[in-house]
Amino acid sequence: MTETFLELKDIYKSFGGVQALKGVDLTIRSGEIHCLAGENGSGKSTLIKVISGAHDPSQGEIYIEGSKVSRFSPIQAIEHGIQVIYQDFAIFPNLTVAENIAMNRAVSTGAKIMDWNCAKKLALEAMEQIGARMDPDILVENLSVANRQMVAICRTIINDAKLLILDEPTAALTSKEVQKLYTILRCLRDKKIAVMIVDHKLGEVFEIADRLTILRNGEKISTGLIQEYDRKRFVKDLTGRDISESTYIPSTSDDEVFRVENLSRKGAFENISFTIKKGDVLGITGLLDSGRGQIGDALFGIHPAQSGEIFLHGKPIKIRSTTDAVKNRIAYVPEDRLTQGLFLDRSIQDNTIAASIKKYFIRGRLDERIMFKETQEWIKKIGCVAPSPDPAIRTLSGGNAQKIVIAKWLNTKPALLILNGPTVGVDIGAKYDIHRMLHQLAEQGIGIIVISDDLPELIQNCNSIIIMKNGRIAGTVESSTINETELAEMLSSQ
Amino acid sequence: MNNRIKNFLTTNEMIVVYIIIGLAILIGSVNPAFNSISTVVNLSRTMLVTLIFAMCEMIVIVSGGIDVSFPAIACLAMIATGNIMLKNHIDSVPVAFIMGALIGASLGTLNAVLIAIVKMPSLIATLGVSSMTSGATLAIFGAKIITNLPGKLDKLYKVSLFSYTNADGITYSLTILILIPILICLLGWLLLKFTMFGRGIHAVGGDIRAARIAGFNVKGILFFVYILSGTMAGIAGVTYMILMRAADPSVLMGSEMMVIAAVVMGGTRITGGHGTVIGTILGVTLIALVKNNLIMLGVPAHFQTFVVGLIMIIGTSITSLKAKHVANSVKV
Repeated sequence: MTETFLELKDIYKSFGGVQALKGVDLTIRSGEIHCLAGENGSGKSTLIKVISGAHDPSQGEIYIEGSKVSRFSPIQAIEHGIQVIYQDFAIFPNLTVAENIAMNRAVSTGAKIMDWNCAKKLALEAMEQIGARMDPDILVENLSVANRQMVAICRTIINDAKLLILDEPTAALTSKEVQKLYTILRCLRDKKIAVMIVDHKLGEVFEIADRLTILRNGEKISTGLIQEYDRKRFVKDLTGRDISESTYIPSTSDDEVFRVENLSRKGAFENISFTIKKGDVLGITGLLDSGRGQIGDALFGIHPAQSGEIFLHGKPIKIRSTTDAVKNRIAYVPEDRLTQGLFLDRSIQDNTIAASIKKYFIRGRLDERIMFKETQEWIKKIGCVAPSPDPAIRTLSGGNAQKIVIAKWLNTKPALLILNGPTVGVDIGAKYDIHRMLHQLAEQGIGIIVISDDLPELIQNCNSIIIMKNGRIAGTVESSTINETELAEMLSSQ
Repeated sequence: MNNRIKNFLTTNEMIVVYIIIGLAILIGSVNPAFNSISTVVNLSRTMLVTLIFAMCEMIVIVSGGIDVSFPAIACLAMIATGNIMLKNHIDSVPVAFIMGALIGASLGTLNAVLIAIVKMPSLIATLGVSSMTSGATLAIFGAKIITNLPGKLDKLYKVSLFSYTNADGITYSLTILILIPILICLLGWLLLKFTMFGRGIHAVGGDIRAARIAGFNVKGILFFVYILSGTMAGIAGVTYMILMRAADPSVLMGSEMMVIAAVVMGGTRITGGHGTVIGTILGVTLIALVKNNLIMLGVPAHFQTFVVGLIMIIGTSITSLKAKHVANSVKV
């Protein structure tokens, strides 16, 4: 039997009048991988901050290795061996791998002299322990996200971590890198280190977790061994509602909405042809450099295609720039919504009307009243959780922000909606809302293209899926005839 | 190993070295008078004060900030030291330097308070301090240039490390003051590379939030950096006064852009976190070479300014293109 490392009893935390945590219990044992799941706003981050000593709970008790601690500070947490790796890793891109790994320890021991040899030795030892291999002299800015994460993990190891908390560690990793990370986490677990990961991706939780705790609205909903859960219970506990995982089957129609013939752009994709009929949701998938994203960029005129023909409702159109695309009522939800799809510091209203501002330019001035009213309607229609059109986008969760990107384009009454990674970083409830919305739009006759590497998402929401390889169409499948494993095999086969 | 050599040959520093060598060969082949020791002596004289400025500016930029107040601080330190010493009949070299350093340090502290505590952007804070300082200098000491420096200061000018007489009987002597920037470069190198404090400056410039999480005293580091910069500016002012045998309350104003250009050309990234002492020395050398010796190519005066700008753009675009290449290259 493994021993308990950390125990939280009946933790309450409020900010102003808002209760972020309402009586949460949590037990983490040494030598287990514990998954903390919860949707955005469920209190996950607050709970982590309580554990790392950054927040004082308003009420409740914390026990570490059996003894009660009071007045818990970040320094104390580190002394007790609690280490948190945040999503941005808090590492220095301008310093070498060795220095990044050794730095925290050097600072905490109050060293005055920078000992490069010692730093290198420590770094190599730490990398050895987790089986990572990197040149210790290389600058971190030259590392991939996965390797930066390795550096962050190495740094916690040399600081004698007993509990390692990772906040959404897989968010920016490819599936291969995720596997490597899991190998390392399992190796740490076998060294009797307690590992807690914050995650809400269903597949990943079932793959890596030994035990699971689910939070919702600041309350602990359930906790237990992973074997006690199935997918349905997990989703139910996470979202509080029954979400059916049905596949989308459109009513067949012969009305052509959008057609592409022999579209090519040198170095990106070649001879792409497909047709979207009324009601169709077309999926495009492929590995990272397969050209899947570039097709979206080309159809929206960001990097236009060099040859090939495009037809909208049977009429040939030319797309040489984003202006052309907008003129032809093509809408694009880009892959990186934070930098490409939204004005983060502007209000929900400004973002919602951003693509259709001309509409509100009446008699030489912008009609604030109509803009406000229509934004309110959109917030309701797309199920965005926001009190009013006024808050800045930055204050919204990933799912709600994505809904606003979609609303922005729907407000232009598009004929074709292209979504690149529509639900990356979006939690399950909001994901479901977005999917339902796509189906409704497709039935209304808007052409929908979903570009994604989320295979379950594609199978459930698209009626046909194009598989891209090295810039060419390697195959098209009807999603009703295929399951996730088969699709994954088709993707990775040569 | 091959890769290492290749990496070494394409560092920012080496690129500046290539430009310097290319320029030297060009000037030397057009005008053989360039190929003499006198060029080295003249060049080091031109570089002397600029190098002190460049070193403190480099450290500030590495910490993620920028300092444009050093010419004003140096001018004040110069004119104030000269005036006070003359009025009180003090004649001592150490006193001059200590006074200059203290004046610089106090203005550096003002910069530090504005940046680390009031949290003003460093450009605006130092711009304000610069303007205030320069205004106060003229208001208090007037625009008069002091040329009758105290005897010992004036004598120091004539002390040289070595001198050289050419065939025409003109003597070139390398002033002992060159030891000041050499010493500063050496100490700066040790500080940045081998002390935790110096690494902390890099850390703050790389990611200030991560530095705080790692446990660095971020405020302390910023204070140190700006006070150091101010102190160095004060010392540079006194050095300039001795070198030129005069104290001029506004002579250095406007030199900040050239210094920043030299620092950036030496591979220091303006966004912070990257910078080396060697690169800075090379950047200053290049600028000095252009300023001093372009005339030997027969380039008219106005074109010189043009060429300085051109070289700046070429030099810095190489480094920024390299940075872009790093950002886009395949990660390991």
